[in-house]
Amino acid sequence: MPGLMRLLYATKSVWAILAALVVGAVFILIAGSDPIAAYGALFTGAFFEYHGIATTLVKMSPLLLAGLAVLLPLRAGLFNIGAEGQIYLGALFAAMAALYLPVMPGWIHIIICSFAGMVGGGLWALIPAYLKARHNINEVIVTLLMNYIGINLVSYATSGPMMEEGAPYPYSAEIPESLWLPHILPRTDAHLGVVIGLVIAMVMYYVFQRTSLGYSMNAVGSNPQAARYAGMSVRRHIIWSLVLGGALAGLAGTYEVLGLKYRLFHAFSAGYGYDGIVVAFLGGGHPLYAAAAALFLAGLRSGANIMQRAVGVPTTVVDTIQGLVVIFVAASLAFRFERSRWAEIWRRRKSLDRALEGEVAPPPPTPSGAQPAGAKPAAENAER
Amino acid sequence: MATAHPHLAVEELSRSFGPLKANDRVSLHVARGSVHAVLGENGAGKTTLMNVLYGLYRPDEGRILIDGKPVEIGSPRAALALGIGMVHQHFMLVGSLSVAENVVLGLEGAGFALDLETHRRKLAELSRSFGFDVDPSELVWRLPMGVQQRVEILKLLYRNADILILDEPTSVLTPVEVGPFLDLLRRLRDAGKTILLITHKLEEVMSIAERVTVMRAGRVVAELATAGTSPRELARLMVGRDVVFDIEHERAPIGAPRLSVEGLRVKSDRGIEAVAGVDLEVRAGEILGLAGVDGNGQAELAEAIAGLRRPEAGQVRIDGAEVTHLSVADRLHEHGLGYVPEDRQRTGLVLDNSVAANTILRSYRVEPFARHGLFLDFPRIRAHAERLVRAYDVRLRDVDQPVRYLSGGNQQKVILAREIESDAKVLVVAQPCKGLDVGAIEFVQRTLLAQRAKGVAILYISTELEHILMACDRIAVIARGRITGILTPQEATAERLGLLMAGSRTEAH
Amino acid sequence: MIDILTDPTQLADFLATSLRLSVPIIFAALGGVLSERSGVFNIGLEGMLLAGCFGAAVGAYFFGTPFAGVAVGMFFGLLGALILAYLSITLGVSQIVSGIAINMLMLGLTAFLSRIVFEGQANTMTLSGFKPIAIPLLSQIPVLGPVFFNQDLLVYVMYAMVAGGLWLMYRTRWGLNVRAVGENPRAVDTAGISVVGLRYACVLTSGAIAGLGGCYLVLSQIFLFSEHMSAGKGFIALAAVILGRWNPLGALLACLLFGVFDALQLRLQFANPEVPYQAFVILPYAVSILALVGLVGKPTPPAAVGIPYKREAK
Repeated sequence: MPGLMRLLYATKSVWAILAALVVGAVFILIAGSDPIAAYGALFTGAFFEYHGIATTLVKMSPLLLAGLAVLLPLRAGLFNIGAEGQIYLGALFAAMAALYLPVMPGWIHIIICSFAGMVGGGLWALIPAYLKARHNINEVIVTLLMNYIGINLVSYATSGPMMEEGAPYPYSAEIPESLWLPHILPRTDAHLGVVIGLVIAMVMYYVFQRTSLGYSMNAVGSNPQAARYAGMSVRRHIIWSLVLGGALAGLAGTYEVLGLKYRLFHAFSAGYGYDGIVVAFLGGGHPLYAAAAALFLAGLRSGANIMQRAVGVPTTVVDTIQGLVVIFVAASLAFRFERSRWAEIWRRRKSLDRALEGEVAPPPPTPSGAQPAGAKPAAENAER
Repeated sequence: MATAHPHLAVEELSRSFGPLKANDRVSLHVARGSVHAVLGENGAGKTTLMNVLYGLYRPDEGRILIDGKPVEIGSPRAALALGIGMVHQHFMLVGSLSVAENVVLGLEGAGFALDLETHRRKLAELSRSFGFDVDPSELVWRLPMGVQQRVEILKLLYRNADILILDEPTSVLTPVEVGPFLDLLRRLRDAGKTILLITHKLEEVMSIAERVTVMRAGRVVAELATAGTSPRELARLMVGRDVVFDIEHERAPIGAPRLSVEGLRVKSDRGIEAVAGVDLEVRAGEILGLAGVDGNGQAELAEAIAGLRRPEAGQVRIDGAEVTHLSVADRLHEHGLGYVPEDRQRTGLVLDNSVAANTILRSYRVEPFARHGLFLDFPRIRAHAERLVRAYDVRLRDVDQPVRYLSGGNQQKVILAREIESDAKVLVVAQPCKGLDVGAIEFVQRTLLAQRAKGVAILYISTELEHILMACDRIAVIARGRITGILTPQEATAERLGLLMAGSRTEAH
Repeated sequence: MIDILTDPTQLADFLATSLRLSVPIIFAALGGVLSERSGVFNIGLEGMLLAGCFGAAVGAYFFGTPFAGVAVGMFFGLLGALILAYLSITLGVSQIVSGIAINMLMLGLTAFLSRIVFEGQANTMTLSGFKPIAIPLLSQIPVLGPVFFNQDLLVYVMYAMVAGGLWLMYRTRWGLNVRAVGENPRAVDTAGISVVGLRYACVLTSGAIAGLGGCYLVLSQIFLFSEHMSAGKGFIALAAVILGRWNPLGALLACLLFGVFDALQLRLQFANPEVPYQAFVILPYAVSILALVGLVGKPTPPAAVGIPYKREAK
């Protein structure tokens, strides 16, 4: 494979994202707008303007934490489709801790609220975790269904016992100002949540790569039977990874309350829990790549509003693009150059050239395709 | 009639997988109504050849002829249309379906609606005519392996296949089942079927085949009549050198009991009592063989000793200390119990992890690999892995390579190295040579004997009698979850072992 | 509350509501059974259902007849399934990731396109839909007659599909192939049947059937398209597939159970305004989970569900 093609191959995920944007451009055309202007507005707004960057960071906080909430259990082989519900429960617990606990110094109270939020999300994840570990009930379906229960629970709380008197629609009282998360960019909404998310991502990366805990989680995820043989408790790993994942989602909900809304709102999460699945997927199970994916998706979301105001394309086009991104990236990851028809054509051309030079061309090797994309088979290099 | 032509002929056939030439200009000539064996070690290219004949793989070069006419076999369906049927080593049966449904699956020209009743009747007839004794309405997962194999053959007969390819058919059978199975093949041959038998077992070739093709490293090294050859010659052709089955026995004096098992009762996954009260003792410097037909409780016994399965009753002791209720990790780290599990790929290794990571699979949170039990020390782990790889002659590119890409023999070496080098005083070794080639088998045996010389107590579980006879000091036989006898290698004649394996308890301890 | 047990008309009314609420889920669950039996876990049912809703609205809006709605709705469901089939069968991508991608895409795409196609009147229009047809004699049976036999065309189609599904699955060779491919695709491959072809057929049909569920929602119940109107019905269908043990009839019964609880929930809400409505809204979801927990015996899914099939891989 020549150098240029190798480069194209190594960056295939990027090309997939671009392809998704191109298809998105078609939809923007259908909506009667100029795609270049639309994307220009979107990306400038999201990444190149002070307030736009702030909005992007605001959205990145729940996206990243929810992504990590999916990613952690995934390491142990579990699909957490329930981050959305866990976000709500986390927010509920955090709001209760913020509103009903006695007055404390701000930072202690913030820590307690964070902890409460983690407990809320963690407890919500404990139910599917327990059912999986004890009764082997499919966690995908249970976490999914529990989202609806969690959302309605918060809806009940905000329209019932926690509702602020005289509020026009369901929301709680405002939390004390001492509990508001510090802002990281002056005069904007960008709050500390995203920094905390990044720190957690780094810690997670370290744990995954460098500790016995990461080692055992990975073993449980890739071969539970061998994990048992190695002396690991599969059941305990299932429960803790899902519960900790739930706790991270709970933290996402917590910082929506403490950092942005300062109240518990009915239906406050715009599907961040589901977007978290996309973040984890695009990050390829890697916490730091997940952070990059969260930044990208947050940019799409914050830029979408700017685009809608500037050129009138509805923000829902961004949901479409997001779905397309997942589909295209998934397809690109499955694509292996060695196996494709292009590779076949390339091989044929090469043996044709050799035959012209009078050499006898042996049938070129077909690498099994099992090697990681980066590692080129030795046989191919030797051939040159 | 094309009697002048062989029923099936393969000429100069090649097939590569990447840089590996699985078949290199292979030729084969099989006469109609005969049993023709293809003999070779694991990895000699037998299975690839059969998969080409059956249309699963396409050949890169060469041709296949039936009755002298060249044919293209693009798919299993095309193979069947030409009368070629195959019984794979791993059965291609759907457990949740009945025998009749399995047979009808993929049947040509049977219409859209499923008339199971008619098929059931015809199948019962066919089964009777060859003396198969198979009930067409039974669900396949309920049937023992020997009967499942007959279902596979019925599938082919029902489709009027007249060339039957059988891939290592006796590997799933108990010694008692082998004789009747070979009789069945003779009946099929006498009925005019052509049988291609793929195997690495010399006795089978000598007893049933008329001709044999020997393969080695993807090539045919000989095609000859069994009448004019000997097992020794075949073994030499197959391996490429004289095989020395006598390994020098250097030994330490046999010492005190290290592993003792008393009154152990263990249930299988299905809740049936698989181990029904076993007493065993393995002494320092001794290899105790545990022989028996697969599925007589060996697996459950091994898991119970290793700590992977909770016994219902009884005790396990190591050097006098009771370990019955300890975890698998404590048994290894505190009492030196090493365990080489039967299923290397599904239990013994995490295939996608590197070789280095796999060498600490059972020590991933102990010093010195994990500081404070938490922080992995990668330089040290890699150095440890490199030491093991050198000491045990594991062939690989580097220790960061995923263990998946190692050959079976090298994977087994990684496991052995790991278990032995964690200072095991007792080793429980389950089917360590399953699926390995002769060279690797020799290595495993030598390694175990070397450990014995160091005073390690070894429980060697195997269904292969030759392997057990080669290495063991005493041989215990297990049948239906009970020890039916313990013999010395001198006492262990095939007849006596056969009786004990069949469950007869007439032999005294 | 008691009146639904004592008063026959109330009972009939209650049961009819239950049935109507369960019909979209039944369609989706039938699709799920087919797809999972062939070895493909279909979490994208939700998106295909929604695509069906949108397609139904488009077809009925432009052609003025619900039949066109059905055609377009099923086609859109099928398109969603095509993505799942290509990603998970051809490319071997994780079936869960593929399914979720489809759900997201459909959520965004239908919302986006509905504004363009219906020019902002998506929520105000009334589409032409199906009207109930009373079947002579059968609809005269007390209580059950009007419940089951005074329904619209799509409900009768659903009955036919359950019966046809049972026949297809257990009485035809194609059904045998499907049952086999979900358990052991290698066995099917060596029997000379195309694993890929079979799975494509099942997944595409599954999408079309789920789309039909969306058609029912739009053309028989609501008569307009609104964003995210599938509202998790596809997910409940997934639970129903397990509850019904991957059997069309079992799935039907499981969905009816959900329908009964959904109807009960509506009635309770109406009868007990003092109890917060959320307590009732969560009822079908909670019942789904409880049903999974309380299932007698262990449900064993088809053995090959979730695993991509590759021939040359050992």
